[in-house]
Amino acid sequence: MKLYDGGKIITGLVIFVGLMLSPFILGMAKPGEKPDPKTDTPEIQEMEEKDRKCVEPKEFMRTSHMVFIDSWRDQALRDGDRVYENSEGKEIDISLQNTCMKCHSNKKKFCDECHNYMAVKPYCWDCHIVPEEKEGGV
Amino acid sequence: MGLGFSLVAVLTLVLIALGGVGGANLQYLFGVIIPYAAIATFIVGFTLKVLGWAKVPVPFRIPTTSGQMKSFPWINHDKFDNPDTTGQVVGRMLLEVLLFRSLFRNTKTELRDGPRLAYGSDKWLWLAGLAFHWSFLVIVLRHLRFFFADVPVLVQAIEGLDGFLQVGAPLLYITDVVIISAVTYLFIRRVIIPQVRYISLPADYFPLFLILGIAITGVLMRYFIRIHVVGIKELAMGLVTLKPVVPEGIGVLFYIHMFIVSTLRMYFPFSKLMHMGGVFLSPTRNLANNNRRQRHENPWNYDVKVHTYEAYEDEFREKMKESGLPVEKE
Amino acid sequence: MGTPKPEELIQKIDLTPQWPGWMDTPTEIKPGNFCWGAKAKDLDGIGFPNPREWNPGEEDWKLPENWKEIVIEGLRERLEKYRTLKVFMDICVRCGACADKCHFFLGSGDPKNMPVLRAELLRSIYRREFTTAGKILGKFAGARELTMDVFKEMWYYFFQCTECRRCSVFCPFGIDTAEITIIGRELLNLLGCNIAWITGPVNNCYHKGNHLGLEPHAIMSSLEYMIDDIEEYTGVKVEPTFNRKGAEILFITPSGDLFADPGTFTCMGYLLMFHELGLDYTWSTYASEGGNFGFFTTNEMAKRLNYKMYAEAKRLGVKWIIGGECGHMWRVLNQYMDTWNGPADFLEVPVSPITGTRFDNAKQLKMIHAVEFTADLIKNNKLKLDPSRNDHLTVTYHDSCNTARGMGFMDEPRYVINSVCNNFFDMPENTIREQTFCCGSGSGLNASENMDLRMKGGLPRANAVKYVNEKHGVNLLANICAIDRAALTSSMDYWVPGVAVAGVHELVANAMVFKGQGKRTVDLRGEDIPGMEEEEEAEEAAESIAVQEPQEEAAGAAGEEGSE
Repeated sequence: MKLYDGGKIITGLVIFVGLMLSPFILGMAKPGEKPDPKTDTPEIQEMEEKDRKCVEPKEFMRTSHMVFIDSWRDQALRDGDRVYENSEGKEIDISLQNTCMKCHSNKKKFCDECHNYMAVKPYCWDCHIVPEEKEGGV
Repeated sequence: MGLGFSLVAVLTLVLIALGGVGGANLQYLFGVIIPYAAIATFIVGFTLKVLGWAKVPVPFRIPTTSGQMKSFPWINHDKFDNPDTTGQVVGRMLLEVLLFRSLFRNTKTELRDGPRLAYGSDKWLWLAGLAFHWSFLVIVLRHLRFFFADVPVLVQAIEGLDGFLQVGAPLLYITDVVIISAVTYLFIRRVIIPQVRYISLPADYFPLFLILGIAITGVLMRYFIRIHVVGIKELAMGLVTLKPVVPEGIGVLFYIHMFIVSTLRMYFPFSKLMHMGGVFLSPTRNLANNNRRQRHENPWNYDVKVHTYEAYEDEFREKMKESGLPVEKE
Repeated sequence: MGTPKPEELIQKIDLTPQWPGWMDTPTEIKPGNFCWGAKAKDLDGIGFPNPREWNPGEEDWKLPENWKEIVIEGLRERLEKYRTLKVFMDICVRCGACADKCHFFLGSGDPKNMPVLRAELLRSIYRREFTTAGKILGKFAGARELTMDVFKEMWYYFFQCTECRRCSVFCPFGIDTAEITIIGRELLNLLGCNIAWITGPVNNCYHKGNHLGLEPHAIMSSLEYMIDDIEEYTGVKVEPTFNRKGAEILFITPSGDLFADPGTFTCMGYLLMFHELGLDYTWSTYASEGGNFGFFTTNEMAKRLNYKMYAEAKRLGVKWIIGGECGHMWRVLNQYMDTWNGPADFLEVPVSPITGTRFDNAKQLKMIHAVEFTADLIKNNKLKLDPSRNDHLTVTYHDSCNTARGMGFMDEPRYVINSVCNNFFDMPENTIREQTFCCGSGSGLNASENMDLRMKGGLPRANAVKYVNEKHGVNLLANICAIDRAALTSSMDYWVPGVAVAGVHELVANAMVFKGQGKRTVDLRGEDIPGMEEEEEAEEAAESIAVQEPQEEAAGAAGEEGSE
């Protein structure tokens, strides 16, 4: 097959196709590991079986925690209202440090696990202090 | 007609995915098989199309010169509108591909009383076109975060810039707003400008609706109807590592999104969307206007039948002699 | 002819297309908008297919039975030969940027004159025959069957395009309708469906050396008339040579300049200037055509006509070639000639014998533009000029489509005009340089039977002239194109009466001060130059000092202009 300006066109095509296939090439070379957020902190393990649940159902928290926490922030900081009534009618203290992180004391193995995987950088810790994690506890 | 047909076609695609995943649980088909088929069709189709163009020679060097040519040293040469060297051609092509230089010249002509033809600058098409293409590119690059285990810094930087307004959570991407506005504008102008409406084919509305569909489903997933985003990355990584997995609980909206994207990919090589590759191969733009200085070969140049001077003189010899013109043969 | 009056023509223009869509609107071949069909004897003379007598206005075009197959195969062949065609068939997105850029659309409102639709005429056939989607989806994919009506439609609209490339400037992908029209016309030619106004000149040019069919002695007598006129008007006796071997330069100009006003005045300008310089140049009666109507038939025919230039330069043993003022001639020379018939290794890189300037930009082609040559002379002060001799003129300049968009030759002519005229005003920016509007009659459409169409197509150009005519009192439209000189004259008479048309070298010669010239009170048209005639009587006695006279008058006239 005779090509005209073949050199330039093939170069262009190789670059283009290479870019298109780069996820495949790099993916094969370095597949990465899928995230495995841990919910086995000492705090959670100390709880009784029936109490081991988040403020809202797990599926909801998995897809929507960002929106949820964002609405908490607005409610607490803008309206000064620190009480949240969950879907079961239970009143909960709105606090990242004292509610969320109380159970999930393992930021690295819980929050960061997925955030790093997805390369998202939530700005929670711009204001909040990163809780200290017990060495070896995670 | 073209409009309705295309709209129905895109809505049908949405329903197919909705039924296929929501009803028939064909997650593997819509999440793995079709995406694989689409990317293969896209890459192979695109390559073959471009090679098809490459097989055809460029017999003549015919740039459209849109500025003063290189002339005397004392005449200002319009380098990027009338390039004389390969470097200047590259400049012209970059301006064309990155900034839509030619479209920037666009004017709107009106026939007013008098009669008077009035030319107004009309940059809206240029602006919407540029906004659409650039936001599309940024969005594609942003999506790379789903396809790399270690997300490249560049992709993260682009994402950071795109969300720099820091509105809402998840952060609002500027390109999401821009692409929907721009595509909507491009659609509206196609319908309301009488001449553009007149020339529009179903093949013009269809990709607009496809892209709009992709953008809308994407925006819905990010801001309104929550999906299992980590699951999506697992699916995507499964695809690129050739170990496909279909995680539970991703949400049907994702499969609709993915199905329209796949349709666009498969449709791409067979449609006008190939202007993406074609713009680089347009001989009126990618050649230097230097024929008088440098030879350009036509690979199929062939000898033609000509009327030689000898034949001419044979016919007019007597008349030439009478007029005192010199002749070769007496 | 039943050409409507300007007011009537304007009234009829509606730029809003009417439904149903274009595929469902049959084309009516309207008198006044098409040219007579190519004559059998002309087609025969150049060996083109299907020579016969036919009339495009009649139902039967007398095509061979397998006409459709011929067109489709012709298209297939060209898709394999021209990347332009192949890419342009595939990538148009119908953004509509080109729609209101065409002078024929703006002047007629006929939607099929929008460049995008002109291309879609062919593209719809391409989709039907060469793409899978077109074969299966038909009309939904923008495809349609090639029927006799479709063929006639292509003929009608490919001869309503002047290949001016204005649309191509605005197209984001550089799609060039000229290229579509050129190839479309090639397909039509496969069945002998050209127009008489093109094939006649082509046949003439092939056998006799020029479009007008002037035989050697007729060329000489044409020039002799001019020589006499020049002597009468200027007192200078020019002595051009013909077919002279060993001359340094061969000069080739469009034959229109030999025959009809105002082109003849441009020709007289060359004669005078070359004579004044003492240039060692020759005319040729064999290569006596700068233009190339073959370009409006097929690539092959254009090459066959163009062959004569280099062949004659070789036979005469000249060093290089100067080409006269002509539009499509220079597109052909700049973008095709060397590829077709070069390399002309027997010639030398052009060097002006007057200034010593080496034209490296033409070192491959070995041919330069007369205006380029003159601009260099003026820049080097080699012409004695008295621009005040043109003070009665307020000049604007029409960029020819081809020199503007097929070459980029824009500032050289303006430099020359500004050097020889004191009053110059450009037309509005959307109508000049790369955005220039066609005269309305280019690419072989300057016949008389399609005057209606030509005046419609001429409207945008004329309208811009009218603007500067009203604003600045412009009364002369200068240009560097033989077709312009003929076509714009009609167009000005129709749309902007009172504006004359002239080639640049007519203005140059009118402003030149010749060695030992007599008192010049008339221009090259034999018309009195206002301001020059008064002194005629008063200074009859002092004729010996007349040579200095223009200088002083120049100052006076310039002062008057300035005070206005």
